[in-house]
Amino acid sequence: MATKLNDILRKKKPAILKRWLDVISATYSGEAAAFIKGQKNQFTGPMGYTIQEGLEGLFDGLIDEAPFEEIAPFLESIIKIRAVQDFSPSQAVAFIFHLKKIISEESQNTSDTRGVVDTAALTAFELKIDTLALISFDLYMEARDKVYQLKTNESNDMVFRLLQKERRSCEMQEQGLEQGPNIETPILK
Amino acid sequence: MAKKPTPEELSKINYSLPYTGWMYNPVEFKDGMFCNASKPESLNTVDFPNARKWSVKDEDWNLPENWKEIVLEGMKERLEKYRSFRLFMDICVRCGACADKCHFFLGTGDPKNMPVLRAELIRSVYRRYFTTSGKMMGKHAGGRELTLDVLKEWWYYFYQCSECRRCSVFCPYGIDQAEITMIGREILNLLGLNIEWIAGPVANCFMKGNHLGLEPHTIKSNFDFMVDDIEEITGIKVEPSFNRKGAEVLFVAPSGDMFGDPGTYTCMGYMMLFHEIGLDYTWSTYASEGGNFGFFTSNDMAKRLNSKIYAEAQRLGVKWIIGGECGHMWRVMHQYMDTWNGPADFLEVPVSPITGTRFENAGSTKMIHIAEFTADLIKHGKLNLDPSRNDHLKVTFHDSCNTSRGMGILDEPRYVIKNTCNNFYEMPEDTIREKTFCCGSGSGLNASENMELRLRGGFPRATAVKHVQQHHGVNMLANICAIDRAALPPLMNYWVPGVDVAGMHELVANALVMKGEKERTQDMRLEDLPEKEGAEDV
Repeated sequence: MATKLNDILRKKKPAILKRWLDVISATYSGEAAAFIKGQKNQFTGPMGYTIQEGLEGLFDGLIDEAPFEEIAPFLESIIKIRAVQDFSPSQAVAFIFHLKKIISEESQNTSDTRGVVDTAALTAFELKIDTLALISFDLYMEARDKVYQLKTNESNDMVFRLLQKERRSCEMQEQGLEQGPNIETPILK
Repeated sequence: MAKKPTPEELSKINYSLPYTGWMYNPVEFKDGMFCNASKPESLNTVDFPNARKWSVKDEDWNLPENWKEIVLEGMKERLEKYRSFRLFMDICVRCGACADKCHFFLGTGDPKNMPVLRAELIRSVYRRYFTTSGKMMGKHAGGRELTLDVLKEWWYYFYQCSECRRCSVFCPYGIDQAEITMIGREILNLLGLNIEWIAGPVANCFMKGNHLGLEPHTIKSNFDFMVDDIEEITGIKVEPSFNRKGAEVLFVAPSGDMFGDPGTYTCMGYMMLFHEIGLDYTWSTYASEGGNFGFFTSNDMAKRLNSKIYAEAQRLGVKWIIGGECGHMWRVMHQYMDTWNGPADFLEVPVSPITGTRFENAGSTKMIHIAEFTADLIKHGKLNLDPSRNDHLKVTFHDSCNTSRGMGILDEPRYVIKNTCNNFYEMPEDTIREKTFCCGSGSGLNASENMELRLRGGFPRATAVKHVQQHHGVNMLANICAIDRAALPPLMNYWVPGVDVAGMHELVANALVMKGEKERTQDMRLEDLPEKEGAEDV
């Protein structure tokens, strides 16, 4: 039964979170991975803290059967970080799928079940992880779109000034005026 | 930094060694992490060497044949000239205190962004060529050959350091990574290895007096727009003067404030304040840039660009100088200008004509920060302020790296903000004042093509802002730096949507009750004030 599985997972939470953090940390280089695992302070170690807080929030949300809208912000905080780091899209979201393997192994590896796990409950849980994975694609794309939008905005600022200058100069020509004092040059903020 | 392995980890130890150590991994240029290469015309304008077309991802960087000789000669010259450089090369004990203090490392996880390792990139070459042990034992003494790969690595990582100096706050020896980066960049510039985001503004500044390349008529027309906006908001026509001989004060601001939002709102704030107190001041369309991107290329270039400040002050015959809200500008003014282009004997020690305060701290440079000036006015009750006009804002303050760590301006901006805003909330202690986190775009790295680098580097700052947003509903990030005003909006947009960015004097302008003004219904952004009763006379 789902509740039973959730109880087991709740009991196994520290071990599962540790393994999940190991998986995500391993995607960074050696020294950095150690740092991420060691970062407990929100402000002086924001990446490690955010990832750890995010993983725990996700896991709690899953076992407490919280609505996905409530879980998504935890996912978003991790995805946003990975969306601007050196990861391909698949690498950025792969950690979600690893939770399946970890849960499957940890739930069997317990005296409560004596090696027998409620397959239906496990499948249902895995479906929720799949849903999270789908949400993570959306979040990843949203983050990347935002990055491109920021780049475009900055370029637009420059082009805007150029266009403004062109427009003014055209207007002046139409009015038979020389280029007057209202000429602007591109901005280099 | 080093962590003791647990027994479990020890039992799983893998004895196979990696193929290569950090010294021998060639740099990989990752998109979004570097800025575009400098253009030949920009370098030619200031007579920088090896001006040619090149591209970062090209195998061949079109370097002179004797590039290695140039680098080593350049290092030798600087080791002899700057004692600090030699000291920083010699004394690091690799304690690791700096390792996790760099915002770029915190945001990227790239070990070469740890200040200790960033310094080691050049220190290893120092050991190999300039120490006896390194000459004799090479890599066994921590030395490594200077190769093209090493040079490219320098370029990549010295343009991933914003010279913010946070690491130096934590270094028990006081090693200043910013100075190591500066010298690293200076050496790279001997080979024409710059970025266009720096080289372009340097050329503009050299030719036209400011980074944006604004010519006098353009500056004037931009001010006309701002003057019109001020009149629309307050009903008062301010009348700034330009290049006016005989004014008491020369005012120098970063040119970003004259052109780009939200800097323009701050610029309007300067004008309103000076108008209200009747200050006899002038702008200059020649010394029209407080910032100094030359500072991100070489000591000499920075000095050349800086020289216009005193030259213009002398030409106009002013008595002293006020500087606007800018970050690195103040590191230059405070720590370098006097020895480069001083002594400014023709100027007088700044004395506020309104309060009579004599700014002895600027006794030599004769130039004061506007935050000091405004704080002094408020302290003496010379301004009529209505902070409720900023009640729609919940404000926090980002200490700019250069003004906080570079010159110790910590309390003046807070004093001004607290007197002009009713809702002020500090970010957590480890992220403000001397320990402030960089915006991630300083030292000429605020280009668009390196947006990923900027977002990663700004992540620690954004995390602290997010905290005050969640706990206090903060919606405005105030600062006293033009690069902040350009770089923080996209940073907030990505990490903390809902938080806007403002210069300190925009907040002053909102709160300033001017003599004869009409009832205010709009703030400096021409947005309606939510509570009109807040606009009534105090």
